[in-house]
Amino acid sequence: MPDTLVALYVFVLSCFIGYYVVWGVTPSLHTPLVALTNAISGIVIVGALLVTGLESVSTTAEIIGFFAVLLASINVFGGFLVTNRMLAMFRKDKK
Amino acid sequence: MQISVNFQAIAYLVSAVLFVLALKGLTHPASARRGNYLGMAGMAIAIGATLFGSEVQSYGFILAGVVGGAVIGSILAMRIKMTDMPQLVAALHSFVGMAAVLVAIGTFINKREAELLNGVLMGELSAGIIIGAITFSGSVIAFGKLQGIISGKPVHFMGQHAVNAAIAIATIALGVHFALTESMTSLALMTLLAFILGFTLIIPIGGADMPVIVSMLNSYSGWAAAATGFTLQNHLLIIVGALVGFSGAILSYIMCRAMNRSIWNVVFGGFGSESGDAPSAVGEAAEKGVKAAAIEDAVYWMEDANKVIIVPGYGMAVAQAQHAMKELMEQLEARDVPVKFAIHPVAGRMPGHMNVLLAEADIPYDNVLEMDEINPEFSTADVVLVVGANDVVNPAAKDDTSSPIYGMPILEAGKAKNVFVVKRSALKGGGH
Repeated sequence: MPDTLVALYVFVLSCFIGYYVVWGVTPSLHTPLVALTNAISGIVIVGALLVTGLESVSTTAEIIGFFAVLLASINVFGGFLVTNRMLAMFRKDKK
Repeated sequence: MQISVNFQAIAYLVSAVLFVLALKGLTHPASARRGNYLGMAGMAIAIGATLFGSEVQSYGFILAGVVGGAVIGSILAMRIKMTDMPQLVAALHSFVGMAAVLVAIGTFINKREAELLNGVLMGELSAGIIIGAITFSGSVIAFGKLQGIISGKPVHFMGQHAVNAAIAIATIALGVHFALTESMTSLALMTLLAFILGFTLIIPIGGADMPVIVSMLNSYSGWAAAATGFTLQNHLLIIVGALVGFSGAILSYIMCRAMNRSIWNVVFGGFGSESGDAPSAVGEAAEKGVKAAAIEDAVYWMEDANKVIIVPGYGMAVAQAQHAMKELMEQLEARDVPVKFAIHPVAGRMPGHMNVLLAEADIPYDNVLEMDEINPEFSTADVVLVVGANDVVNPAAKDDTSSPIYGMPILEAGKAKNVFVVKRSALKGGGH
């Protein structure tokens, strides 16, 4: 099976996982859900690292890659920290 | 230290599982923080496995980028006000979009130099750039609308749909041309048109539809990550992109359902300008014998109530009145009057916005209920206090077929014995 088809299998099955997991999220946590998915979509940082860190990388690609790493890194750190800050506020009734 | 390709693949798998568990953690507020930590662990493993893999050999620019992003991201996350959360989210979506575009272009340059380009890869690159660019410019517009830099109202122009369709077709045609010929001109034009398309797709949506836009762009940012995964043949990116893409899509669907409208109607209808119907609702209400209530009256009724339900909306966020709500709740509970909060799915400017604001004011989440849970309780409540959320309790949605929001599920505040409505201008008086 060609690599692209394997990737398509992974993609379609992941869509189903996403569908079932996200329906389980309680509506009161929808804002943290958006912030958390924001953080984890910062996973494009992996792509940015692969572009920037290539041994034979040209200067143009290296600079493009640097900005990609920077933007994705803002997402990763900003996303996880703000999610944590929000979730820390949710508390149960003391009674 | 360097790890093998197989070890890296296993690490990516662990990372993907941790991300799924992170989302799963959000099933309940009690497990949510642990979920977030699992997500952080997943990200750390993914980044570590990439850095120690055989492909990454030079670290200077990477280190600068990661550290710079960490500083900027942390400052943003710590400083942002909870009312401004939608803006932060929109900004972060735009960064994902832009990063995806840059990764695709960088990959193209690297692969061209290594002479590894082929038709499939070029097609995937085009898709990555187009989705990323639409996500970027669309999110920039959403940010501008939320921040009030550009008008939040829907903007319409002549032949909108025809123009959008023409741009979309031209963008795809240039993408195909680029994939077949490696023409740099096509690449540049395609990227430019995709940026314009993001702009023209989002600018007509606004007003009450902001929660849908935020969710939709959340979804786009996921698809952009997935497209990047296809170009790099990286399964972790594909898995995560699909998770995020579906998360945003489901939220969009929930928001649309809560307004009784289809996603197509929101995206292409350009409704959202609700300024027109509020006065008519008020006028209608006046005929039914509504009186301007003195604060003393409201206090009198609430003190003796068997139960008080508060319905907060975007007006509460604007007035920063969530802390006043908390005070009110404490005062009433001290007099043995139970207080509950009722949240409509589209209250606020992003999904779940009200819940975060109430949590910020230290209101326990078990007192905050969703529409389906609270609706049966309105008929047994003595007092309902509506704070800047007039449309989500407007009974016109139930029985007035001429109302623009007819058919929208509402919070049935009208069934309670007394309803006090606090408009933005009067909010300070109402909170005490």
